[in-house]
Amino acid sequence: MERQMVRPDPSGLPSVYERPGTLTDTPFHYCPGCGHGVVHRVLMEVVDELGIQEETVGVAPVGCSVFAYNYLDIDMQEAAHGRASAVATAVKRMLPGKYVFSYQGDGDLAAIGTAETIHTANRGENILVLFINNAIYGMTGGQMAPTTLLGMKTTTSPAGRTVETAGFPLKITEMLAMLPGVYYVSRNSVHTPGAVRHLKKAILKSFQYQKENRGTCFIEVVSNCPSGWKMTPLEANKWMEEHMFPLYPPGEIKVPK
Amino acid sequence: MSDLRLMKGNEALAEAAIRAGCKGYFGYPITPQSEILEYLALEGRSRGMVVLQAESEVAAINMVYGGSGAGARVMTSSSSPGISLMQEGLSYIACAELPCLVVNVNRGGPGLGTIQPSQGDYFQSVKGGGHGDYRLLVLAPSSVQEMADFVFDAFDLADKYRTPVLMLADGALGQMMEKVAFREYNPADHVVAKPWATTGKPGTRERNIITSLHIEPEKMEQINLHLQEKYRLIAENETRCEHFHTEDAEYLIVAYGLAARIAKGAVEMARAAGIKAGLLRPVTLFPYPTAAIRRLADMVRGVLVVEMNAGQMVEDVRLAVEGRVQVRFYGRMGGVIPAPDEVLGALEEMVKEHAAQHEEVY
Repeated sequence: MERQMVRPDPSGLPSVYERPGTLTDTPFHYCPGCGHGVVHRVLMEVVDELGIQEETVGVAPVGCSVFAYNYLDIDMQEAAHGRASAVATAVKRMLPGKYVFSYQGDGDLAAIGTAETIHTANRGENILVLFINNAIYGMTGGQMAPTTLLGMKTTTSPAGRTVETAGFPLKITEMLAMLPGVYYVSRNSVHTPGAVRHLKKAILKSFQYQKENRGTCFIEVVSNCPSGWKMTPLEANKWMEEHMFPLYPPGEIKVPK
Repeated sequence: MSDLRLMKGNEALAEAAIRAGCKGYFGYPITPQSEILEYLALEGRSRGMVVLQAESEVAAINMVYGGSGAGARVMTSSSSPGISLMQEGLSYIACAELPCLVVNVNRGGPGLGTIQPSQGDYFQSVKGGGHGDYRLLVLAPSSVQEMADFVFDAFDLADKYRTPVLMLADGALGQMMEKVAFREYNPADHVVAKPWATTGKPGTRERNIITSLHIEPEKMEQINLHLQEKYRLIAENETRCEHFHTEDAEYLIVAYGLAARIAKGAVEMARAAGIKAGLLRPVTLFPYPTAAIRRLADMVRGVLVVEMNAGQMVEDVRLAVEGRVQVRFYGRMGGVIPAPDEVLGALEEMVKEHAAQHEEVY
């Protein structure tokens, strides 16, 4: 049930790029240059193209994407901080025929919700966990996150993160990839057209796997936070490539054999 | 007549949950209620229930949130420390108006405490427990039969009011074996439409959103007013209590749950000794039978509140009595169960004191 994306508009000129039908006509509250809007869009493009609006239930986290349900025109639940994958687990168990995803940031997924994240993956719940990693708490104003890089300045690591006081950046994606319940793990970004296309393919694949009851699919999007990082969007993307990618390299981390 | 069975309170409750059409149980082992999870892992699963042993009570209560939001009859159970861990989730569930059953088989605290029975979680159960202005509808069973019966009531009330219902039992009620008969109950006859559930958005309706987040204070105040109106309705329609020899009582005992059973024995002993005692047992702890207690307070010479804690419900009794008569308290803590003769002793003291005051006046 593929939907036609390109259709003539009243001016007679063909529309070559438009909002997916399942993305609401609500202006994003995200800061200029933030990756969330692109991820929302790509996710809804996939929902549109698969024609699964009625079959999809999403779970939003606490964090910048706490209002994700304002933009995604699907049934959604807003979870307590860190608990999105537990909520998604139960939604899927009660509605096994639906596509279920959680959408979580680094603080939500890899700090306060670490236990739920790991155990959801370890049970191999048939859901997609979409993990947006920008190495900072955006919504609360730029505090240190579990994925904050060493030396990186945040409001709670004002002299830069040190191992002595805060330990190491948590590579939770690699940890999760080790679990047998996890079927597919992919790390992406949304700062170039090619990267966006790769993310879309990854999400498409994950929904296919979910349909086949393969286990947990985990997709990380290494993203930016121009406001929290105190950079322009362009500077932020450049910094992300130069500093985030060496520790969090994009690519397919666990693919089905 | 339905068949009688001899069961532990925890098992009777679990069996009732299956019969009530509960579709999802999410829980974490903790004494003295692990039999609920164990019973459902075997019996519930074989009869079509999703039974998930969660990684923590925190995960369990959030699974209840998700499962209820998906439109299913769901529940969890735990004991005091585990229920403490669930308080944040309960606050979210109350605000998002998600029907569910939560069972607390109360053990002695504070802290890790003891695995023995207690009523130390009264405040937590009836005054909110988590953050914000919300209430749980609280049912307090006092027998294995009620451990089963109240499960059916709890699910129906939860669905009727879109609200979390707490069954506040204790370790003794969970562990003791008594005869129990399961009521005739066809879940299909009790299905309540849940058009708000997130079951996938068809083209024919707007998307459903389960949330407790309303960032504008004016909107959040409206949500609060709506919840308060719901609690008022619940108080108006669902307040339940049991009277035992209150019609001619001169001295009134107020006790709930296991303490009420013990107090019944004390009332009978008192009557045999010539003291006209009666018992009022709150069956719902929220809503509280304030009016019933107030009426009796006008008739009696004194009120004795008996609890297995340091004196928690006694505050609600005093609010109901409003100084009409003296309210005394007798309680044991830390998992110790008071004996009927201890309660009788406290009652006799009250009688003596009243007589002494009476003499002074005249």
